[in-house]
Amino acid sequence: MRLIEFTEKGLYCPQGDFYIDPWRPVDKAVITHAHADHSRWGMKSYLTHHQSIPVMKHRLGDISVAGLEFGEERKMNGVSVSLFPAGHIPGSAQVRVEYKGEIWVITGDYKLIDDGISTPFESVKCHSLVTESTFGLPVYKWKPQEEVFREMNDWWRENREQGLASVILGYSLGKAQRILCSIDPSIGPILLHGAIHNSNLALIDAGLKFPETELITKDTPKEKYRGALIIAPPSAFGSPWMRKLKPYKVGTASGWMSLRGARRRRNVDRGFVLSDHADWDELNQAVEASEAEKIYVTHGYTNIFSNWLKEQGLDAEPVTTEYEGELSEIGEGANQEKEAE
Amino acid sequence: MKDFGELILALDATTKTNDKLDSMVSFLNSATDADKLWFVALLSGKRPKRPVKTSFLREWAAEVSGIPLWLLEESYHVVGDLAETVALILPDVTETSEKTLDDRMQDLLGLKSLEEEEVKAYIVSAWAEMNKTERFVFNKLITGGFRIGVSQKLIVRALARHLSEEENLIAHRLMGNWDPQNVTFQKLLVEPDENENLSRPYPFYLAYPLEDTPQSLGDIHDWQLEYKWDGIRGQLILRNGEIFVWSRGEELVTERFPELEKLKDFLPNDCVIDGEIMAFKDGAPLTFNHLQTRIGRKKVSKKILEESPVVMIAYDLLELEGQDLREEAMDYRRAELEKIVASAKADSLMISEKIEPLNWGEAAKLREKSREVLSEGLMLKRRNSTYKVGRKRGDWWKWKVDPMSIDAVMIYAMRGHGRRANLYSDYTFAVWKGDELVPFAKAYSGLTDKEMQSVDQFVKKNTVERFGPVRSVKPELVFEIGFEGIAPSTRHKSGIALRFPRILRRRLDKRPEEANTLDDLKSILDFYNI
Repeated sequence: MRLIEFTEKGLYCPQGDFYIDPWRPVDKAVITHAHADHSRWGMKSYLTHHQSIPVMKHRLGDISVAGLEFGEERKMNGVSVSLFPAGHIPGSAQVRVEYKGEIWVITGDYKLIDDGISTPFESVKCHSLVTESTFGLPVYKWKPQEEVFREMNDWWRENREQGLASVILGYSLGKAQRILCSIDPSIGPILLHGAIHNSNLALIDAGLKFPETELITKDTPKEKYRGALIIAPPSAFGSPWMRKLKPYKVGTASGWMSLRGARRRRNVDRGFVLSDHADWDELNQAVEASEAEKIYVTHGYTNIFSNWLKEQGLDAEPVTTEYEGELSEIGEGANQEKEAE
Repeated sequence: MKDFGELILALDATTKTNDKLDSMVSFLNSATDADKLWFVALLSGKRPKRPVKTSFLREWAAEVSGIPLWLLEESYHVVGDLAETVALILPDVTETSEKTLDDRMQDLLGLKSLEEEEVKAYIVSAWAEMNKTERFVFNKLITGGFRIGVSQKLIVRALARHLSEEENLIAHRLMGNWDPQNVTFQKLLVEPDENENLSRPYPFYLAYPLEDTPQSLGDIHDWQLEYKWDGIRGQLILRNGEIFVWSRGEELVTERFPELEKLKDFLPNDCVIDGEIMAFKDGAPLTFNHLQTRIGRKKVSKKILEESPVVMIAYDLLELEGQDLREEAMDYRRAELEKIVASAKADSLMISEKIEPLNWGEAAKLREKSREVLSEGLMLKRRNSTYKVGRKRGDWWKWKVDPMSIDAVMIYAMRGHGRRANLYSDYTFAVWKGDELVPFAKAYSGLTDKEMQSVDQFVKKNTVERFGPVRSVKPELVFEIGFEGIAPSTRHKSGIALRFPRILRRRLDKRPEEANTLDDLKSILDFYNI
């Protein structure tokens, strides 16, 4: 019996009888983070980092959920389960599973750099590593985030001078708050779409702090939009809600924006290359630091990245899952309604 | 080259025509004449021959980046653009060089006299002194085709604004086969010498497809109707006893068509004629396949001349005895044209006959039958229209017959390029031969973004096998494939080749076994290739 098996419902630990980020209803689910493709509806009980709980409750309703601190251990039928920071969004965790000296780590989604709002990634040594590969190609290399936010500030200022609103599209959980906490609030007022405002309220419950913002309602006067920065989820693009913000410029913040094709297809005025996933160098760094003997590559360029790892002399193989990476951020995920709250 | 790099970035970053125009004008206002000339040449597709093989670029880029070649290839299939892939995988640099666009172009032109090792040394050191954007532009200078949504019309508008000149004048000056290596910006656009312009064609007036009903055009008697011929658009120029034939792609093709070249001894006056070059024999047009044997062939054998002779079917007169007639009404131009064609009495020059239905209903019936005379539909031209520049709505419309179509099953998918990069958007279709599916066409256009995404998801979930960038998929999805022509082919397994195949729609109502058969396709072939 393997410690972790890849089943039709998700990653399963038979000895501990629990699943990690399952995509079908099960009894016991350990959840890496609160994004909808990892934290799904219908589990009898959830175990996750305590910072994820308010958001999961906000999204999934009245669920039975228990919280862990990073590094805290939980025994499940002799299997030791603990969480370590993944740096992806607030509360995001890697799951470490240990039984009779054998250690597995399931990364969930992760990035290595410190985004200022999520507990920074910690490398965990293991025998088997299950890693994501959303951006597992050497063409994906992020520039320093300071540079991206400088571009974003300049863009906002320029639009503001022309009396235009600046609409930035990004996931309502994680990306939106990262932007909110890194943009220069002295440039002008910051307004929020309801989905992001609601995520913020849940994250404030989880202990986070944000600069001053205003929720856009149907009574918000039109002149408030001029020169403001408006953060909205990707699903708002082209909606009637968005038409009311005219005149505006619209930008998308996503790792996919590093490719011209995706940028042009999205048809926004500006693409900012800002991702909460590891880029090529970070993925390689994380794999190396884990010192794992066996690497399982999930969602992303699974075949290519595992072939590359094999060439580096590692024992790697691709695994099929139903996670989406960042695709719905540019309106290309299978689950288009992911962001609709 | 920073300014040019930034211009390309700015053009790429917006879909708004006015923003593009502003960026171009501000580049022109500050660039040197040499850079301006390259800007015009490169964006209008007049690039010098590729100085370095792309296979070398791949090898060198992989080597410099420390990744295996297969990984670069895989990345290329995702990115959908080699120049961009190479720009992205190369290591970042801190110092950049001050070389101008002209400097880089001169460097690249000089490469052809160098040994491979020297070329490699130059390319690798050039990459090491450029940021990502410049690197992308530099690679594009080598591999070709910017594809950043800048039409010739927009280049003309930017130049007109920069030079404070009329757009038509600029458009005319840009026509013809000038070479950026043998002309200066001043000579080409500011101080043209009339004697050198003997061969210069006028910009073609192009029709839009009819969007509304023909009844919306008003009284049919205000319109001149002709068949829309399925040849290649051409302009025949006779000035000072010299003859020139231009294709719409602004290529001088006089030598390829001796039948048209000899018209210089028949035409009564100096003139410029707009018309269709068609394969034509024994009083009737031949299929496009015949014309195809003539295109791209500079020296034509006697045999081909006999099998596939060409004529010009004239439909407009743009200049007569040195006088520009484009501002005259079409009725007048047509009358003058008829006189010229009649007095030339040449086999290889005929008039595009008017067709005169009494009402739009009759016109519609003629359109339905237009394939029987090997035409693609009807042309509708307002009788008092002037001859405009480029594609314009209002006075000229093409009213094409619906394409032929067949229902087929998708069996292979490949990731696309440009806007469709990283999406499975290019498909191979098959029809049934017994219980085997035989591929017969590839197509990638015709679906909405949303439909394409859903097919993309299908491909990812239903992959049977991978062959490099191509995936074979479960034969499940049925599409209606439209095409403009069909011909026998020995190069294809199906034995047929289609012209302009494209996806008309997804047939959600059909199961794969209900798709058409190879016999169905062959019966269409037999019908149109007598």
